Amino acid sequence: MPAVGTSVARKDGIGKATGTTKYADDLSFPGMLHGRTIRSAIPRGRVTNIRFDFDTAGFTIVDYRDIPAGGRNIVALIEEDQPFLVETEVRHVAEPIVLLAHENRETLLAANVVIEYEAQEPELDPEHSGIILKALAIDKGNIDAGFAAADVIVEGTYRTGHQEHVYIETNGVIADPENGGIAVHGSIQCPFYVDKALRSLLGKTAYIRVVQTETGGGFGGKEEYPSMIAGHATLLALKSGRPVKIIYDRTEDMIATTKRHPSIVRHRTGVKRDGTLVAMDIDIILDGGAYITLTPVVMSRGGIHAAGPYRCENTRIRGRAVFTNTPPNGAFRGFGAPQTLFAVEAHMERVAEALGMDPVAFREHNALVPGDTTATGQTLTADSSALEVLREAVRRSDFHRKRIDYKGTNRGIGLALFYHGAGFTGSGELRLASKAKLELTKTGVRILVSSTEIGQGTRTMHAQIVADAMGIPYEQVDVAQPDTQRVPDSGPTVASRTCMVVGRILQRCAEEMKEKLGALSPAEYFERYGGLEILKEHEPPGWIQWNDETCSGDAYATYAWGCDVAEVEIDRDTYEVRPIRITAVQEFGRPIHPGLARGQIEGGTAQGLGFALLEKVVMRDGGMANASLTNYTIPTTLDTPEMDVVMLENPYVDGPYGAKGLGELPIDGPAPAVINALLHLAIDVREIPATPEIILSACALR
Amino acid sequence: MRFTLNGALAEVEAHPMKRLLDVLREDCGLTGTKEGCGEGECGACTVLVDDTLVVSCLVPFAQVEGADVRTIEGLGTDHALQRHFMNEAGAQCGICTPGMIMVASTLAPGATLDEIRVALAGNLCRCTGYEAIYRAIHRAHAEGGQ
Repeated sequence: MPAVGTSVARKDGIGKATGTTKYADDLSFPGMLHGRTIRSAIPRGRVTNIRFDFDTAGFTIVDYRDIPAGGRNIVALIEEDQPFLVETEVRHVAEPIVLLAHENRETLLAANVVIEYEAQEPELDPEHSGIILKALAIDKGNIDAGFAAADVIVEGTYRTGHQEHVYIETNGVIADPENGGIAVHGSIQCPFYVDKALRSLLGKTAYIRVVQTETGGGFGGKEEYPSMIAGHATLLALKSGRPVKIIYDRTEDMIATTKRHPSIVRHRTGVKRDGTLVAMDIDIILDGGAYITLTPVVMSRGGIHAAGPYRCENTRIRGRAVFTNTPPNGAFRGFGAPQTLFAVEAHMERVAEALGMDPVAFREHNALVPGDTTATGQTLTADSSALEVLREAVRRSDFHRKRIDYKGTNRGIGLALFYHGAGFTGSGELRLASKAKLELTKTGVRILVSSTEIGQGTRTMHAQIVADAMGIPYEQVDVAQPDTQRVPDSGPTVASRTCMVVGRILQRCAEEMKEKLGALSPAEYFERYGGLEILKEHEPPGWIQWNDETCSGDAYATYAWGCDVAEVEIDRDTYEVRPIRITAVQEFGRPIHPGLARGQIEGGTAQGLGFALLEKVVMRDGGMANASLTNYTIPTTLDTPEMDVVMLENPYVDGPYGAKGLGELPIDGPAPAVINALLHLAIDVREIPATPEIILSACALR
Repeated sequence: MRFTLNGALAEVEAHPMKRLLDVLREDCGLTGTKEGCGEGECGACTVLVDDTLVVSCLVPFAQVEGADVRTIEGLGTDHALQRHFMNEAGAQCGICTPGMIMVASTLAPGATLDEIRVALAGNLCRCTGYEAIYRAIHRAHAEGGQ
């Protein structure tokens, strides 16, 4: 019986449900010390003095001077601008300066380190900042000719705030001296990113092993920051000669680690009376924070998605990600697209309103269909489903009837149409050259990839693909723990690529393994001939043409498509808005595991509703002022509405069993759908999170 | 200090103000109870003390003297809720799961969706949007187990 397309039991399900699964903080190593990070309290300045106001006996103390010869004080990623530890220049609040370790956690926490600064005036306003971390330009057609041909021009500015990941397991690692070098065990999305950063810290020839422990959620928040923590634990472990565990508490995790980039997006749109889009002029500002980290790529994905799933022959997109003296913003599910898709979908609603057109008819008129070209000039193939998801969501939610029925009540209904490119942008997948390996075991086969299980179902879904490609039972497929000394580099676990890209390599490994086995079962072959390994590299589709300079061509191998309909209710006394029902229709090729895929949609939708209504990071003097789960609220069972999830199929020819990427798509739609439902209530909100204060001021303006 | 832990007598030497969460994890070796926030907001550390649900990060050890403490490990490995959390993908990353299951274990069979929502309102999950958790609980109840 095929495993693909069925909801088999998760490989990791029972361990998680019985509490036996071990996460980073559940591990203890003999002789282990606890580590702590002393951080800057100001957003900008110079360190002038560091004083240890405690008895330092029994402590291991590390600063930047402890970085070994041959190593560099640089967290290597895209650019090499971020230090592991401040030398003198402080660029943001909560920047690491000194590290302490002690075997007793209470003694460690009681230690008082006094840091004196010469403070400087920080840059905290992204609109004012003159330092550009990444500029982006996408051009199609002739924007002036487009506006000249327009009957109506509609303008709008849309803003989104920081968003905190709130994986329920905070960041944490343990560094353990091993083989004259270091082994790092931790809550990590991308083991080879940590490997790269540690190679920068310790020198290219150092022995480095990175092992992913079971990870309690990531959502992008454990993409780049674990490199920093791993470096810190490593320095303490090497200096003390003992294993060192660093586990952030919730406040530290919120204050110090990355968040979603805040955005300001301005739209100017030219449209014909019949609803045809003829000019889209889009200007994007992202707040990058104090170091570059992944910002250039976030800017790029945000820009590429900024015109939404619409056909427009004349498009000009300009983006700039700027420096501010705030903690660096980084990867978060959607990676720039939720910000720009929020803006374009909120704006399209207002364009339709300006024309007096039905929002569905307006979108149907302009939605991308196979054969159309996107803003980057990519011609869409048959697996493009904008109209299908739109029509199904409208039908399923009874959109038009409720649009009338809710008039004059406290309820509103709105929708958002969106798409999400799967995998790395343009030629990124070619450059990554991801690898996956399959090895024969006594009882079946084992998958060796660096793709991590962070809750989304990597292990289970990969095992299903391999089982079917080999024609063996799912139970005979085992998945190795990601360990950089053992598994090949399959690329990072990001960008909705783990199923579509890595799953596809595994499928090809499995097909070759099956051929080599002939008529024998894995167990029979193993007994007769011993082990067998198949290693393969990703082969991106040959037709992909991409120009990084002009940001033009085939941005993604394929796109997943979605339409969300949000129904909301406003409390006219408190100005609170409650989502009461969400219809989420999404097409992502084909679900490998319908239960897990549904879980991605439901979870991403809830996270998107939090982004829309609840999750406000309050920044004060460059630092997060509400860094706790009491004061930064994410959706609870009482904040999440009934969800009607529909998974449409439209197979992608180069995906495993037709699958595309899914992980990020679901977070793109809820925020604009909610804001458009508010417009249906005649409340014109253009900023999220739409807290009661924002809604009150929108009502007051009416 | 003596108390009952998952049905067996336990005797543990620890500071009376040490968090019950840390006593369970460090002194008793029961790491199934998780820390998510340390301030009683997320519910990941939920356990039962004398049949009452508590967030163990806010309970000083002194308070459980002579009490009956039950953790996720006390449910064994084949409880209906555990099986259905696995089968319905009610566990994704799994870090909130033990706390969720502890709360779910106190629900009356046949609890309505609204009752389940209210009962779980103090337990945060960032992965599932809660829907799969409701499905798991409904399935466990349908099976007749708690």
